[in-house]
Amino acid sequence: MRFNANLTRLVLFFSTLLLPAIGFAYEPQEHETTTTDSVTTAGHDAAAHGEHGESAKFDPGKMIMEHISDAHDWHLWGHTHIPLPVILKTDKGFDMFMSSRFNHETEIAKGNLYTYKMHHNKIVVWDEVLNAENQEATHHLYDFSITKNVVTLFIVVTMLLIVFMNIAKSYKRRAGMAPKGMQSFFEPIIVFVRDDLAKPALGSKYEKFMPYLLTVFFFIWFSNMLGLIPFFPGGANFTGNITITAALALLTFIITTINGNGHYWRHIFAMPGVPAFVLIILTPIEILGMFLRPFVLMIRLFANISAGHIIALAFYSLIFIFGKGGESIGGGLGVSVVSILFTVFMFAMELLVAFLQAYVFTLLSAIYFGSAVEDHHHDPAEDFDGKPNSHHPATINA
Amino acid sequence: MDLVKPDLGLFFWMMVTFLIVLFLLTRFAWKPIMKMIKDREASIDDALKSAEKAKADIASMQADNERLLNEARRERDTMLKEARDMKDAIVAEAKGKAKQEADKLIAAARESIHNEKMAAITELKNQVAQLSIDIAEKMLKRELSAENKQKELIGDLLKDAKLN
Repeated sequence: MRFNANLTRLVLFFSTLLLPAIGFAYEPQEHETTTTDSVTTAGHDAAAHGEHGESAKFDPGKMIMEHISDAHDWHLWGHTHIPLPVILKTDKGFDMFMSSRFNHETEIAKGNLYTYKMHHNKIVVWDEVLNAENQEATHHLYDFSITKNVVTLFIVVTMLLIVFMNIAKSYKRRAGMAPKGMQSFFEPIIVFVRDDLAKPALGSKYEKFMPYLLTVFFFIWFSNMLGLIPFFPGGANFTGNITITAALALLTFIITTINGNGHYWRHIFAMPGVPAFVLIILTPIEILGMFLRPFVLMIRLFANISAGHIIALAFYSLIFIFGKGGESIGGGLGVSVVSILFTVFMFAMELLVAFLQAYVFTLLSAIYFGSAVEDHHHDPAEDFDGKPNSHHPATINA
Repeated sequence: MDLVKPDLGLFFWMMVTFLIVLFLLTRFAWKPIMKMIKDREASIDDALKSAEKAKADIASMQADNERLLNEARRERDTMLKEARDMKDAIVAEAKGKAKQEADKLIAAARESIHNEKMAAITELKNQVAQLSIDIAEKMLKRELSAENKQKELIGDLLKDAKLN
């Protein structure tokens, strides 16, 4: 229906091999006719009308935002979508049906408890009699749908389980022997996480945090890499979704807080060796810093991955802007060469970013854990003159 | 702004799934993997250490061998030298003894020669004296057989006696 992001990615993918694939740029015009049809069926919806009216002309901003947002179905190519289950918790109980009932936001879906309408991927309870939103019921509506990002989550998690259970199995089978196959690919990375992330930050207490650090590292890395694949099952802006990064950052925050020892809390509430009047200023800053650190973790990952997707999509959009929706095939072809070169460059960089962001998130988590469990006695300088050690890990990345 | 607004449903699925996976991976993947890696590292360390030790052992053994060989060589040399000295001493002693014996024999031989010579000389003297007496007897017998000769002799003897 709409000019979908995945299609654009697909176009890029094929046009690297076959430049004439630019003919896909005609697509928006084909869309126009179909949308007009659907608008007549749901003609009473002014908002929908406006939206579809816009989509007749290629709007890169909208296309990019649609791509990096979550969705209730998974677009494959052209008009082919995978419908995903919609799970809604209403004040009357749970309602479940496939997202195809919305027919791409053009139809009102009938559930068992209510009828629903979806607009910009947000589901509201719709009162068919009044032909308006039932705001009372919508207020109590919680959307637990298996969205595109939830599916991506399941795919990533399945990959993690398959890969690392297999590796664990081969470790058991080949105990004491040299690693082989997948095992020898991942072992250096596991050892890297242990020796270069966990050990420097956590010292002798690293073992307790290794499972979380490894899981987070490989979860983010796999997710980032999957997001770089331009077609199903990849392409979702998964780690560029603030909910995902917020969940990860929250876990890091919780683990830091429940592991914080007396030394950690003393440094937040009463920094040793600091006069009382300075503490009045310092303590609020330290308390704020405690929450700010996971917040920054969340924003950093979200912004980096989203930015990567936006840039790649912006370059693809250039092809269609210059192609003027098929009017100027020459312009589209000319710009596609530049766009493809730039996007190849961006992809190479995104491969690095995918690893780097996993590394940074894990490293900072390890450093925060390190500051929480840091032993007072490991700080001879502080014992000596009563001043906090300037190498306190928590202060490095605050 | 939808982009930076966390979504409850997704958050729920994420937390549930992630925690389950964290548990499963910890239990069935990370713990065994970390343990195996650690064990293998320890065994590699051990192997390297024992190899190092074996190398040191071999080196010290080689040094020992060298020392033993040198000692043996020195011992052989001293033994040879001693043997040579002993041989020289024995030869010298034997030579000395032989010379002494020879000297003794020569001296005895000389003495006996001398004695024999003396006995021979004495016997010769006795025989010469006997012979002289015999000759003198015979000559006297022949000289004094005639009377005038006896008278002549008496005359001579008397003449001598008158002169005295």
